[in-house]
Amino acid sequence: MADIKPDDYEWIRQFLYTQCANDLGQGKEYLISSRLGAVAREAGLADISALVTSLKARPLGGPLHQKVMEAMTTNETSFFRDGHPFAALEKQIIPRFLSSNSGRPLRIWCAASSTGQEPYTIAMVLRTNFPDVANRARILCTDVNATVLKRTTEGVYSQLEVNRGLPAQMLVRYFERAGANWRAKAELRSMMDPRVMNLAVPWIGIQPQDIVFLRNVLIYFDAKTKREIVTRIRNTLAPGGVLFIGGSESILGMDEGLSREQFGMSTVYRRAA
Amino acid sequence: MRFLVIDDSRAIRSLIIRMLKELGHQHAEAGNGREALDIIANNGPFDAALVDWNMPVMTGIQFVEAARAKPELAGMQIMMITTETEVERIQQALALGATEYLMKPFTREAFADKLAMMGLDKAA
Ligand SMILES: C[S@@+](CC[C@H](N)C(=O)[O-])C[C@H]1O[C@@H](n2cnc3c(N)ncnc32)[C@H](O)[C@@H]1O
Ligand SMILES: [Mg+2]
Repeated sequence: MADIKPDDYEWIRQFLYTQCANDLGQGKEYLISSRLGAVAREAGLADISALVTSLKARPLGGPLHQKVMEAMTTNETSFFRDGHPFAALEKQIIPRFLSSNSGRPLRIWCAASSTGQEPYTIAMVLRTNFPDVANRARILCTDVNATVLKRTTEGVYSQLEVNRGLPAQMLVRYFERAGANWRAKAELRSMMDPRVMNLAVPWIGIQPQDIVFLRNVLIYFDAKTKREIVTRIRNTLAPGGVLFIGGSESILGMDEGLSREQFGMSTVYRRAA
Repeated sequence: MRFLVIDDSRAIRSLIIRMLKELGHQHAEAGNGREALDIIANNGPFDAALVDWNMPVMTGIQFVEAARAKPELAGMQIMMITTETEVERIQQALALGATEYLMKPFTREAFADKLAMMGLDKAA
């Protein structure tokens, strides 16, 4: 693949920023080549430059724009990623919710749910340890990438995906074979409430949430966007609600109205009750 | 940690052993279940056995049964690493006492994740 022209780089950077607030920064030519090369080929275009020319000539929001945006998001995820947040959920967070609650349904939001391994992990923790809670819980799953979100609806995972992080006991209990793949059983799929959503755009109509997972997505935003999103998430948390962020992420200095709590290896942020 | 790698394919044994070394673990190897039991008899138990299913002389599932019949091996975890991917097979292995199950082919990340889940991520 030929080198990427500075103008084309800048156009793609701007495009991503307006579409999903992802801040590509500088020096990511290799990322563009590796991720958009295939998109260009598939569209019958010679190279990235031809792809950018074609994008400029089309209305924003069309299928090619969509493909480019989706190809540029990083969707890396796995079942039980990092482990300890789900231990904290099981041992501390949900028991506390139950002890302080009148029996209303638990509301959980996976705010960048990618291909769904994170919400399905939460669903398995609930079904296994708190079946009554699971019966009444819906997990709001949002992502800006409609293609990965569709996989959450389908709940179908390849062998390579179920090999990663999913205990064999959980695999046989909650999944069934679907050809060469594995499909989550209806008792998990029915808990998913998937919606396409850009976190960088103020949202309306999301009910107060008891638990928000906002993991491994803040890293793609600049400081201003990050602060805005964290503030909106805080305002969306129910009183006493908690926020999980990724293990390598920090919201230091953006956590007004949130108190830090440590559960083993997990840090969570709680909104005052 | 000390691992016993049991597979009739030399190539697969070396692949697994390379991953173990990268993670800082020690290992011994065996080409079938019988050989593995002999090694254990001579060297004492391992922290974990990583076991193929289909092998001559003594299969992986026979090894699981034999190992679980020995109280002195109760603390040894067993992970099946196999091309057998039917639900019934996985259930059978777990019911007989396998701790975990990894389906071939697998990635290095999947392998490391499984060891971490089993609490076997600390180097020797
Ligand atoms: C690396 S994945 C994280 C998945 C999961 N939360 C985890 O920790 O394993 C990041 C996800 O964030 C999504 N994303 C990126 N920008 C977004 C935005 N502005 N709004 C919503 N989702 C976004 C991507 O599409 C991608 O699926
Ligand atoms: Mg074999």
